[in-house]
Amino acid sequence: MNGTLVVFRREFAAYFSTPLAYVFLAFFLVLTGLYQWAFMGFYQADQASLQALFSGLPWLFLALIPALGMRLWSEERRSGTMELLLTLPISVPQAVLGKFLAAWAFVGVALLLLTSEWATVAYLGDPDHGVILAGFVGAFLMAGSYLAFAALISALTKNQVLAFVVTLVMLLVNLTIGFPGVADWLGGVLPAFLHQTIKDTSFLVRFDAISRGVLDLRDILFFLSSVALCLFANAAVVDLRKGA
Amino acid sequence: MIELQALTKRFGPFTAVDDLSLSVGRGEVLGFLGPNGAGKSTTMKMITGFLPPTSGRIQVCGHDVGTHPREAQAALGYLPEGAPLYPDMTPAALLRFCGEARGLRGQALRSAVDRAIERTELQGVTAQRIETLSKGFKRRVGLAQAILHDPEVLVLDEPTDGLDPNQKAQVRALIREMSGDKVIVLSTHILEEVEAVCSRATVMAEGRLRFDGTPAELRQRSRFFRSIELHLEGSPEGAQAALAGLEGVESVEPLEGSAGRSAFRVFPRDKRALLPEVTALAHARGWSTEHVFVDPGRLDDVFRVLTRDGAREERPGTTFEQMSSEAPAQEEATR
Repeated sequence: MNGTLVVFRREFAAYFSTPLAYVFLAFFLVLTGLYQWAFMGFYQADQASLQALFSGLPWLFLALIPALGMRLWSEERRSGTMELLLTLPISVPQAVLGKFLAAWAFVGVALLLLTSEWATVAYLGDPDHGVILAGFVGAFLMAGSYLAFAALISALTKNQVLAFVVTLVMLLVNLTIGFPGVADWLGGVLPAFLHQTIKDTSFLVRFDAISRGVLDLRDILFFLSSVALCLFANAAVVDLRKGA
Repeated sequence: MIELQALTKRFGPFTAVDDLSLSVGRGEVLGFLGPNGAGKSTTMKMITGFLPPTSGRIQVCGHDVGTHPREAQAALGYLPEGAPLYPDMTPAALLRFCGEARGLRGQALRSAVDRAIERTELQGVTAQRIETLSKGFKRRVGLAQAILHDPEVLVLDEPTDGLDPNQKAQVRALIREMSGDKVIVLSTHILEEVEAVCSRATVMAEGRLRFDGTPAELRQRSRFFRSIELHLEGSPEGAQAALAGLEGVESVEPLEGSAGRSAFRVFPRDKRALLPEVTALAHARGWSTEHVFVDPGRLDDVFRVLTRDGAREERPGTTFEQMSSEAPAQEEATR
């Protein structure tokens, strides 16, 4: 068992050692349920799909993922446990990866619980299971990107609230520029190449494609590489700002 | 076992550790003394591979901390300042985590955790969350974590800070018990602690080593070392002059005696032992001696001289004033 796995196990267990995890999971399920059934009118739409649910996930994650990621490093820095962790024979990249994977796995648990919705539509109708599976894969990838970014911001400060707010605002900007109305307006003002770049880096645009059932390798690679980039920067920040 | 070569650490314009060279061998218990902001913690953070030095080299058990941090960290146990621990874990879970991180598995892990719990007497609290433990227990969990893998090198940053006298005695006993075949480096600002547990004492100030020797040698640096405090009944005529006239006496200071008594402090020249001469004189003069005390030297006095007056000699006054007033604040800010 190497350092990444050791850190992963500690972090993952830590989520469930406080009520926070259960509050988070309950909150997540209640909000997704409300959104799909009450706000989007699941019955009225009369469609055996989770399209409505998936359309809301980027915005729900916007509030929940920064809350999940804010403590990853700022808490270590504030309480001084970073010194304990990083003087064990564990490398910084191992610690960064272990922490991230634990948080990501926790989101995986939340999404796993959300498959109850999948079971519901399957019971009520005859949905396209491939599209729904793609939606879940896309949601997991998107959550990973959010989380990696949240972890990076968390490594920059010992103030969890600051980490939360900065992450939320930055992700909000990313989502907003991919929002259809805003994207179209930007298309009119910005040069074409810039507009295309912005659209290409928007989590919303990428996730939209996947959740419609189009599992394009490019979209998958986009999410994975954004995770890799954030984690790389995360490790560099932890390494450089250890004493700060 | 621990080699520091020309170690320097700067935080921006502030030099926390300044060209420090030091070698500590097996069996030694080295104490770092020094005022706040002297660079003790920073030095320890560099030895344990937490902070990279600005320049200089560190070797722990033959492993270069700069190029092979993992190997060096595997060979050492570290108690960071304030013993930071994950508050939501139990001591047992924390020790298992640290053991796993150090590559211990299965039976080896279980017995290492059990042994550490036993040595630090944590048996009663292993299943309690760390945040609910008292300061003394938390410190012991930190120590247990440091000694878990029976490391050859132990680095303890203020191991007894904030503990009550009983807990202090306990931690010191543990450190003494573990010395022997290990290298132990600890920092403290309790001067007596150095005498209680250390075989070697160093004094740091402004990032530099001001003293390196045995605790006894440190005490001997005191201007009070071997000075004799003499309390006499009544006020014998010419006592001060007679004492000052003795062979080997440097000076005599009158002290505040209690009612009907007089008292003097006799300072020897070249730290020689004066007790026979002083008692002989008292006897010859027929003084009635109430109380004689040979001062073993005072650590707080040496500490002040080494960390303050030493700086005045080395640096121009203005620089020193700036350094001394800004240095501690600077280190606080960089933490």
